[in-house]
Formats: sequence, structure tokens, C-alpha cells
Amino acid sequence: MAEDTGTRPAAPPAAPPVGAPGVRPWLRLGVVAALAVLALACYLLLFVRGSFEFAIERRLTTAGAMVVAAFTQGVATLLFQTVTQNRLLTPSIMGFDSVYVLAQTALVVVFGGGALAATDGPGKVLAQTLLMVAFATFLFRWLFSGRRADLHVLLLVGVALGMAFDSLSTFLQRVLSPADYDVLSVRLSGRLGTADAELLPWAVLACAVTGFVVLRRHARLDVLELGRDTAVNLGVDHRRELTLALVCVSVLVAVSTAVLGPMTFFGFLVAVLTRQVAGTHRHAVLLPMSFALGVLVLAGGQFVMEHVFYATGMLTVVLEFLGGAVFLVLLLRKGTL
Amino acid sequence: MITVEGVTKAYGTTPVLGPVTQVLAERGITSIIGPNGAGKSTLLTIAGRLAEPDTGTVRVRAGDGGGPGELDVHRARSSEVAKVVAVLRQENHFTARLTVRELVSFGRFPHCGGRLTATDVAAVDEALGFLELTDLQGRFLDELSGGQRQRAHVAMVLAQQTRYVLLDEPLSSLDIRHAVRMMRLLRRVADELGRAVVLVVHDVNFAAAWSDRIVAVRDGRVVAQGTPAEVVRDDVLEEVFDTPVRVHVLDGVPTAVYHR
Ligand SMILES: Nc1ncnc2c1ncn2[C@@H]1O[C@H](COP(=O)(O)OP(=O)(O)OP(=O)(O)O)[C@@H](O)[C@H]1O
Ligand SMILES: [Mg+2]
Repeated sequence: MAEDTGTRPAAPPAAPPVGAPGVRPWLRLGVVAALAVLALACYLLLFVRGSFEFAIERRLTTAGAMVVAAFTQGVATLLFQTVTQNRLLTPSIMGFDSVYVLAQTALVVVFGGGALAATDGPGKVLAQTLLMVAFATFLFRWLFSGRRADLHVLLLVGVALGMAFDSLSTFLQRVLSPADYDVLSVRLSGRLGTADAELLPWAVLACAVTGFVVLRRHARLDVLELGRDTAVNLGVDHRRELTLALVCVSVLVAVSTAVLGPMTFFGFLVAVLTRQVAGTHRHAVLLPMSFALGVLVLAGGQFVMEHVFYATGMLTVVLEFLGGAVFLVLLLRKGTL
Repeated sequence: MITVEGVTKAYGTTPVLGPVTQVLAERGITSIIGPNGAGKSTLLTIAGRLAEPDTGTVRVRAGDGGGPGELDVHRARSSEVAKVVAVLRQENHFTARLTVRELVSFGRFPHCGGRLTATDVAAVDEALGFLELTDLQGRFLDELSGGQRQRAHVAMVLAQQTRYVLLDEPLSSLDIRHAVRMMRLLRRVADELGRAVVLVVHDVNFAAAWSDRIVAVRDGRVVAQGTPAEVVRDDVLEEVFDTPVRVHVLDGVPTAVYHR
């Protein structure tokens, strides 16, 4: 970013205004996006054994799941970190997906397993998502609406809430009939490799809508990252934007958890990489960058896992481990969060 | 004109401000003085809509010539108020890593929504020049000294080009040269650009030398106000600060001696 801001005297004439994104962040985004597409193509097309059609269909589903995972986790984490002004907490660490699991479980307890399985149309998924979104938004807006809260306390609260919701879910699952429990556990154990192809189009649609809403606000997000006071001074309706951002985060996490199951540290990993690689604070670049990087990491990782290590199902485990390690390192190094 | 009317604020059950009814800034420079914890920042941040009062209203005249151009700072659209009132807190900390120029460019957000036009760039350049930051514009904020960083923040609110500029202790980490420069600059902002500046100052002598009006706050209430000659007096200052003060007139400016 220092390229053109250095020692130039006053008023640059026709050149893009300094302070607007220079060329470099966009170039970096282009490179990462190209690499992501390449990785996805490699994963889809190389090393097909047996029937091409069969293989490609299966791989397409997985690729779709990876795209959804990259988008939901990447964008949700970035958005969350921006509006809460921290670089360490993520929606998953704060227990957003535990809320989702609890909502799912509660639904089965109240309406029986049929509620999930039989008429599992988009309407039901939508109702479920809305429930979870409302709850999570309410809860986290309450948590984050105060003055810059102490992050250690927030982390503690997040972990505690996550555990509380998880054990509540576990307790509720105990009371279920075996049949209902089966239905539920299928619902809750999404994986990259076994993603539900039927759900994917809806997930993509949800991503597209959320992505549109978020990207349109990229300049306001830049301002929100400066904190409440500066944002208010600059005329951004802080309360509204915070709420909206948290709604988007909950939608994305709900979609991600529905399609892929809970992931704790993948979003964190992507967010850290994004800020390192993007070299700008501008969300016009950061948001697409997180998506592209997420795809690159997942598709590249999956490709390597399948064809180098012959360990197909291990990617998320490895990513979670890596992300968790990075989280701990940063937490310990910063000390203060 | 910023009109504060019947404003009170309490944290929990402890009242910290008010009721204050006060015209804060007609034009020129208004300095708010008072001891630590008197409620100066509270008053300024409420006037600048960073904090909500428990009761009372703050209104500003937006357009020239009076009439209907009044805005209720806390109820009008935030994006409208941001073109009229700019406010800077005592302390500012960002998670984003910004260069000086990027920070100052944010001051144009109320006008351009993040997409800088030539006018915006010119305003940014002007603000940078005003605060002697042109050479530092490419530096990251975390590579600056405290005083330089403070000047960068002031440059941002100046680039906002609002009619009212509220600053909480803009001199607090400046050396004497930059403190004097800052006041001279704010004087120019007030005189040449016709903007009203309200600032919290700890150094009574800076307030006396540069302000048109001084408002003294103690225990959440305005206890004295007027021109420097009216407020910077032995008896008034001793009551405000609870400490012995001798005021001498040096070069026509009342000057308080209080450090011994
Ligand atoms: N968030 C808060 N919670 C509780 N009390 C607060 C809070 N903020 C300020 N106060 C109290 O309100 C009173 C006024 O604070 P304020 O910051 O306005 O003082 P000040 O005049 O600006 O002081 P200083 O000269 O030290 O900046 C103080 O007694 C302070 O302790
Ligand atoms: Mg103060």
C-alpha cells in the first residue's frame, strides 16, 4: 500500500486518488482468484479413474460444498471481525454454530423427527434458519453493543455459551427417540465429502443474496472497522449496520453448518490469511479475497489430500488443526488479544 | 450555534453531568476547561452525539441565516449530521492498519461515501498540509509518535469540512511548538473558514490566549463562562480548580500562574 502514498507532494492530477485502492491489492486479488479457479479445475478434472461422469458428478458436489464453505466461513469471519473490531474472535469461536445445533435439536424435540426429514423443503430450512438468525443476532448484538468490551471476557463468554448450548443440545438429544435422533444426527454431521447435493443450490442462493448485501456496503464496513465513535462521527448508523452485519453473519454460519457441519477454526485461518495477503483495509478487496483464498485452501488442500496423501476425508481435520494452532500462536503472542 | 438544553447524564446512579443548558459555539473558538472528572468529555461527546444524554437535547444550526435549518443531533439522520458536526474523542485506537493519508481520507466519507472525487482529494491534501503531515502521509499510524498520530486524527475531522468541530484535548500530547501551531491553525479554521471550534483544554493559558469564549465546568455543571478576561481571574479559577491561582496580564493576555 505504501507504493504511491510515499513522498508525493500535493494533489495528484489524473492518477487514481491516493487512499483509494491502488492497483496492487486488486492485482493480488486477481492472482489469488486465478489460483483458486486453477485449484478447483485441478480438483475436478485431474486423476479421474473409471467413469468420468460418475466421478465428475461426485466431485462437482464436493466442489460446490467447498465453494459454499469458503464463502460462508470466509465472509462471515471477516465481517464479524470488522464489526466487532477484533482480529481473533470468530463467529464459530463465539459459539454461533452451537446456536444452530441447538435450534435444530430443539426443533426435533418440539415437532418430532418428521419435522426435519419428511418435508425437508426449503420452507422448513428457511424457518429454521430464521429462528437461529434471530436468536444469534439478538444475543450477539447485546454482547457487542457496549463500549469496546474486554476481549478476554468476550472469549470466555463465547466459549461458555458454546459449551452451554452444546450440552443443552446433548441433553435434549438424550430425550429423543432413537428414530428422531437418527434423523437429527444425519442433519448435524455434514461433511465436505458427503454434502447434500439438494441443499447446495439453496446454499448458493443464500450466499449470493448475503454477498450482494455485504458487498454493497463495503465502504461502510471500512468505516465500521474504525470503531463505533469514528463511525458515528462519519455519519454511519452504527446500530443498524452492526445489526445487519450480525444478521448476515448468522445467515452465513447457518448455511455453512447446514451444508458442512460445524467448523471452528477454518474461518479464522482464512481471515488471517486474507488480511496478510490483501495488503489493504478496504473491504471491496478483502471480502472477495477471503472467498478466493477459502476456495484456494479447500480445493488445493483437497486435491493434495486425495492424490498425494490418499486421505480423502481428512482435509477439514487438518485445516481445523492448522487454524487452531495459528489461533493459539496469535493469542499467546499478542497476549492482550 | 450548538444549543445544549437541559442535558443530564448519569452512569448507573451517579450523575456526572448536568442539567446543562448552554450555547456552546456561536462562532470562533470555545474552550471548555475544568478539573479531571468534571464532565468535560461527557459534555463534548454528548454535543457531538457520540453519547446519548439521559434527558435534554442538542441542536445545531445547519444552514446559514437561521430559520428551519436546525438539526437535533441525536435524532436527525446520522449521515446529515456528519456533514455539520465533526467530533474527535480524547483517545482513538484502531484495529485496522491505516496510513495517515488513508485516515484523513476517511474524513471525506460523509461527502463521498468512500469514493473520492477530485474535490475530496483536494480537501485531504489541504488538511494534511494544514497539520504539516504531507511528508508523513504514507506512514502507517502505528509508525508515528503520539503527537503526530493526534495531528493525523485532527486532520481527519478537518477534512470533514463541517461547520462545527468538536475536539477533546487536541493538545494533550503535543510539544509546545505543535500546541501553538495547532491553536494557530484552529484560529485560522475559525476566522478564515468561518467554522466554530469547541475544544477541551487543560492548559488555562492556552485557553486564555486563543479562545473567544471559555466555559468552565465543575462537578458536571457549568460554573463560569465568558470571554477569557471574564473567566481567567483569580477567584473564578480558584473556585473551578480548588487550587491557588494568580492571574497576571502579560502582553494583554490574562495568564494564570499556578505551578507553585
Ligand atoms: N463509562 C463510564 N462509566 C462510569 N463513569 C464514567 C464513565 N465515563 C466517565 N465516567 C465518569 O464521569 C465523570 C466525568 O467524566 P469525563 O470523562 O467527562 O471527565 P473529564 O472532565 O473529561 O475529565 P478529564 O479531564 O480527566 O478528561 C467522571 O467522574 C468519570 O469517572
Ligand atoms: Mg476528558
